[in-house]
This record gives sequence, structure tokens and C-alpha cells, in this order.
Amino acid sequence: MEIDKKNNGVSASTTATQPLWLLAEITYQCPLQCAFCYNPTDFDKHTQNELDTESWIKVLREARDLGAAQLGISGGEPLLRKDIEEIVTEASSLGYYSNLITSGAGMNEKRIDALKDGGLDHIQLSMHDITEEINNFITNTKTFKLKQKIAAMIKDRGYPMVLNVVLHRYNIDHIQEILEMAEGLGADYIELANTQYYGWSLVNRDQLMPKKEQVLHAEKVTNEYRKRVGNKMKIFFVVPDYYDDRPKKCMNGWGEVFMIVTANGDVLPCHSARVIPNLEFPNVNDTGLKGAWYDSPAFNKFRGDDWMKEPCRSCSEKENDLGGCRCQALLLSGDAESADPVCTKSPNRHLIDQAIKDTENPGVEAKPIMFRSNKNSKKISDGEEKERLAKFHATP
Amino acid sequence: MAIQTKDIYKIAAHHRFQWEKAQDCYVILFPEGMVKLNGSAGEVLNLVNGESTVESIIEALSKKFIDVPNLAKDIEGMIELALDKAWIEKVN
Repeated sequence: MEIDKKNNGVSASTTATQPLWLLAEITYQCPLQCAFCYNPTDFDKHTQNELDTESWIKVLREARDLGAAQLGISGGEPLLRKDIEEIVTEASSLGYYSNLITSGAGMNEKRIDALKDGGLDHIQLSMHDITEEINNFITNTKTFKLKQKIAAMIKDRGYPMVLNVVLHRYNIDHIQEILEMAEGLGADYIELANTQYYGWSLVNRDQLMPKKEQVLHAEKVTNEYRKRVGNKMKIFFVVPDYYDDRPKKCMNGWGEVFMIVTANGDVLPCHSARVIPNLEFPNVNDTGLKGAWYDSPAFNKFRGDDWMKEPCRSCSEKENDLGGCRCQALLLSGDAESADPVCTKSPNRHLIDQAIKDTENPGVEAKPIMFRSNKNSKKISDGEEKERLAKFHATP
Repeated sequence: MAIQTKDIYKIAAHHRFQWEKAQDCYVILFPEGMVKLNGSAGEVLNLVNGESTVESIIEALSKKFIDVPNLAKDIEGMIELALDKAWIEKVN
């Protein structure tokens, strides 16, 4: 579907297909404090103005009308909200395929049954390692046993078992054992997601980023395991883009498939879009989702390829990756319209090469991890920790 | 995977087949995924219901699409593809 050419500095060759995927980041509160969380580091300022149940139900209806069929209910930890059952029931009656993305904290027998009765289609549970030590370290909480218990509960209730394991230098060498654990738990799907560096993970990049040989080893083990296990357990390996020479086609294109509504009602084309300055994102308290998706300057800004600069503009591969990730371009180079620095054709590729080099330098990771806590978020919002952020962020 | 005319299939566990008004097509939904089906693929899977044999699906669609050549082969090909993708599973 073509939309009208807008004369507001917005790309003219927009595609504006329908949103197929709605991610509801229903709260930023979370009992876990994962060092790799992609949530914004300043989430603390959005914890007081969360949308109420009625607003979420309106969001679900409008997105469904626009074409969204997959629904992710995420956070923070969504189970901290008492109205998840109500929201799931509405989603089911609207015909969504609904997914609760959870750490397991807040789940119990009563709730998992109520969610099943409400029509929840599947649960994606985060797992961290085969060892209690690493699990508890990286989440800064004692949650290892809880996760094992919730995994069994998910299986017992007949949900498809989808495990998500974020990979970083502390657990990536345990990949064989992690896959064995998943198979043992009866997982139908496992997503091995190499850390992408946004939000808290970018702040902790030195501490989290694995070395190249660790990544190559993990990929090899995963491929062998996949061959053996076949369709019985589907294994997704999300590649770490820093170790690639072309960027990822981020979100499958800005404003093409994904629509995210945050805890405070901002409507975003990707999780971290708010890092881009001078882009005003629509909010469901002011506007409907249809207007947000089709007409808002923010959603149209990076649709198509009219916004591209060189080397992307004349690149023969631009359709493959659409210039990569706008947020990563902004965060690392200071310019959201520049090529993703991951691309070896980017004039900023040296920033990635330096980060890779730093993984070999034991002195670089010596700083303590900054865990995702309300206290640390407040610190960052208040402008403390500027020096630490400046190392990674090109913009002030 | 070779299929037999007496085989009966159903939409696989953890998968959902439904009509999407906004997309104007049938889709299959499953954890982390969604496949939009083109017109003929949708027509075939709409009859994969855990009761109809492959033979009866071919018969029903032959009545609906009278002038289409090689229809039986196309239908079997579609069912084989769906089976290979694990969207459907064998009942009998």
C-alpha cells in the first residue's frame, strides 16, 4: 500500500505496509536486574505513568484492526501487573497469537491456569545459564531455581516451551550444556540471542562482549546440535552483528512490520528508537495507532531509502539490510542517518573494530557491571555516570 | 515426504490457521512466526481439518476449480510442503 507523499521532511518512497507484530512493553518494573537488558537506561522516569488496563485494551483493538496478529506482552516483567490475565483474555478474543515474555518472576500455579483459560498461546521464558552462579550473577538476583520450576510448569500446562537465552562472555562457552538443558526441559524452541548493544547492555559492553573465538565456537556447536535435533527443538541463533561485516536488517525495516507500545504509551518502530534526538514519537494518550503508524513523521522518517546518505544510497546491497540499525548508527557515530558502523563500508567501522580489540584486553572489563536497577536508572537520568556513557555514546 | 491419498492431516499443535481480514489472506501463526498463505495454499489448508483425507480434499477443490490443470498434483505438493514445514501433522 502506498501512502500519500507528505511534505514534512519525510521520506517519499515510503512503503507503510501493515503492522503484523505488536509488542506491548507493559511495565518497566522488573525484580531482575539483568546487565544486558535492552530497556532504556532512563526507564525510571516512565515507571509512574504506566497505561491503565482500559488503555491497553484500546491499544490491542486498534492494532488488531491495522493487521497485527502476533502479540508479545513484555516489559520489564509483565507479571508484576495484576491485569495481565484480563489483557490476555481480550487479546485472545480479538484473534491475536499471544506470547507472554517473562523472567518467571510473579508466575504461580493459579496465574498460569488463569492465563491458559484466558487463551494465552505461549510463554517465552528467559534462562541464563546452566549454573546457578552465572544466572544469579548476571541477573543480580537469586532466580535460578525459580526458572527451573517455571519451565516445568509451562511444559506441564501444555504451552509450547520457548526459551530465550541471551548470550554474553560469561555463558557463551556453556552453549552445549545450555542446549542439553533446554532439550531436557522439553523446549520446543530455543532462541540463543547474542547480546545486542543498546540500553543497559551498551553501558556494560566491555564486561559482556565475548571474544571472536567464543562466538565462532558457539556457532559451530549450535549448528551441530541443530543437525542432530532437527524439528524436535527449533534453534534460533541471533548473530552478534559486531562480528559480521554487514549490518542486520533491523526490525525488518523501520515501520514495516513491528509496532511497539511502551509502558507510558509511546508508539515506537523499535525498542530503542527514543535514543534518536529530534524525533517526536506519538503517544496513545494523544493519538490513535492508525495515525501513529501511517502519518506520524517519526514512523515515516526512515521508511524506504530516501533518507539514506552515502555509502548506503548508491550501495548495491542496500535492499538486503536497509543500512542497518538507525539507533546503533546514532549511538555509536552520533548520526542516525549514517550507515550502521557494523558495515565494513561505513567510515565508522573502526568503532566496532576497537570494541572487538578491547575484548582481548583484560584491563578494559575491569570496571564493575552496572546492573539494571531503579537506583542506577535514576543515577543515569540525573546525569551521573556521564563519563561511562560517553565512552560508548557519540552524543552527549 | 511422500503423502498417501488416504492420509488425514490436521494443523500442528501450537500452530493456528486463521483468516486475516486486514491482510485479506489465510495465515499460520506459531511461536515467533507468521506465514501469509497465497490464495491456493490457503484454500488447501482450509480443508486440512483432521477429518478429510487428501483424496477428499482434492475432490472438493476439483469441484471448485474446474478448469485448473494438474490440480491434484499441486494440492499434494502444498500438503507436502506444509508437512515439511511442520505446519500440519498426520492424524491416521
